Amino acid sequence: MDFKSMKYYLYWLYCQFELITCSYLMEPWEKLLFYTFNITMLVMISYTAYLFIPVHISTAFQFFLHLLGNQHENAVSIVK
Amino acid sequence: INHVVHNGGLYKRPFNEAFEETPMLVAVLTYVGYGVLTLFGYLRDFMRQWKIEKCQNAIEREEQKDFVPLYQDFENFYTRNLYMRIRDSWNRPICSVPGAKVDMMERVSHDYNWTFTYTGKVIKGIINMGSYNYLGFAQNNGTCQQAAAKVLSQYGAGVCSSRQEMGNLDKHEELEKLVARFLGVESAMAYGMGFATNSMNIPALVGKGCLILSDELNHASLVLGARLSGATIRIFKHNNMQSLEKLLKDAIVHGQPRTRRPWKKILILVEGIYSMEGSIVRLPEVIALKKKYKSYLYLDEAHSIGALGPNGRGVVDYFGLNPEDVDVMMGTFTKSFGAAGGYIGGKKELIDYLRTYSHSAVYATSLSPPVVEQIITSMKCIMGEDGTTFGKECVQQLAENTRYFRRRLKEMGFIIYGNEDSPVVPLMLYMPAKIGAFGREMLKRNIGVVVVGFPATPIIESRARFCLSAAHTKEMLDTALKEINEVGDLLQLKYSRHRLVPLLDRPFDETTYEETED
Repeated sequence: MDFKSMKYYLYWLYCQFELITCSYLMEPWEKLLFYTFNITMLVMISYTAYLFIPVHISTAFQFFLHLLGNQHENAVSIVK
Repeated sequence: INHVVHNGGLYKRPFNEAFEETPMLVAVLTYVGYGVLTLFGYLRDFMRQWKIEKCQNAIEREEQKDFVPLYQDFENFYTRNLYMRIRDSWNRPICSVPGAKVDMMERVSHDYNWTFTYTGKVIKGIINMGSYNYLGFAQNNGTCQQAAAKVLSQYGAGVCSSRQEMGNLDKHEELEKLVARFLGVESAMAYGMGFATNSMNIPALVGKGCLILSDELNHASLVLGARLSGATIRIFKHNNMQSLEKLLKDAIVHGQPRTRRPWKKILILVEGIYSMEGSIVRLPEVIALKKKYKSYLYLDEAHSIGALGPNGRGVVDYFGLNPEDVDVMMGTFTKSFGAAGGYIGGKKELIDYLRTYSHSAVYATSLSPPVVEQIITSMKCIMGEDGTTFGKECVQQLAENTRYFRRRLKEMGFIIYGNEDSPVVPLMLYMPAKIGAFGREMLKRNIGVVVVGFPATPIIESRARFCLSAAHTKEMLDTALKEINEVGDLLQLKYSRHRLVPLLDRPFDETTYEETED
């Protein structure tokens, strides 16, 4: 029921991708080349993101925590 | 943006022209598409150069490889790599009269459009939205056809001479008197080919020392005629009267470039309807400017004669102006009259001069007699002189079809260029893959359309051009609109960001549309 319209929607999205990047006009071997290149780039970028983004985020988080943590210590000493 | 233009009371009716701006995202994606195709074009050229792939396009011979290269410019690159991929939307062979419905021969290509083979099947009854058949006179039966057949059996098909030598038939004299009466001018002359009318007569009218002010988007025949004449050519922005006035002022004040002498003649070249944009010239303003700066006006009514105006007499009739204000009225018989050839109308001295000095009159063969008879019969029909109101009904039907079709397309959300009253309807496609896809999808649904890309239009503004006809019934238009709606949803062509509220039953004279922005 919903799967049919979902499948049709995904097929329509694929058609739009083909039309925008002009792979609708390419011969089959050109399409293969183009899709291989695209998928390789996508996989490489997502793998790089998977490896590096958590490290970067935790480093940034620690930096900000350090900044806030120092203020907290100063405030505590004044009260004392 | 639809706005009503009243310019000092020059316009008796509102002038609604709109060219919606290209949406930014669409422009970026179009460039992405062209970028991908260019990369693949370089790849294929590389493979052809190194003999990995068979080279099927034209190349220079071995002996000529050291000469100036012939096929290295962008136009040839575009033809080899982009045009070839979508070539099956053009040059489609039709095998019946191009009326409201047409038959087409089916063809397939097994090597990606380099060669075509015919399957032998004929696709019948394709709704024809591409032929310039504005008043529906492209018929193979009826009064026009019978009159032409009679004249064919009387005079034959060939004339075998140029106009000045032995090719001046009494039919030509009759035609020219009729054309002069139709247009409301003193005298007219008819030529065998519409393109040649422009390109061969402008050199006879202007020469060196004259100035030609030509619109940005003029047809190739006008550009060729202007270049052949040897006059100085200056271009003003499309339909922009401020630009034209600035050029006229500069020409009068500064004169010729080095000697500062006054120009011998200033000729303004405009067209009635511009066929790629669907826009109508601002004729009242042009005539006011022409009178103020004492220059001459050459009006090319190729698409507007017969198609505009309450009596079908063209753009002069549409604005309610005096035909004697236009110095040279040119037009063609190809579009609204269902024949071939062109004419020039104007004052008697002008036409007598052209009879002697025009290249087309001296060297080109004159019109063929059956074609002349077709023009005479159709023109009499439009004027109402054959005793019926068939011509008037056709003109009114075309105007109704135009308004209905344009309104429905705008409601659906497509970007449509041009004036509200022009029967030429360009629908913007923008992306190169959609050009080919639109042509093919519409043919699958039995509708024949003309799609246009570079170099006839700017590279990102490719479009599909519909030419409406008085022969289209409302059912045909409804079928066509339904299919266009489907294809528009399938290919996502509904780019317009100004959504019009559908008009209920208001007559067209109330021209304000309510606009809601999404």
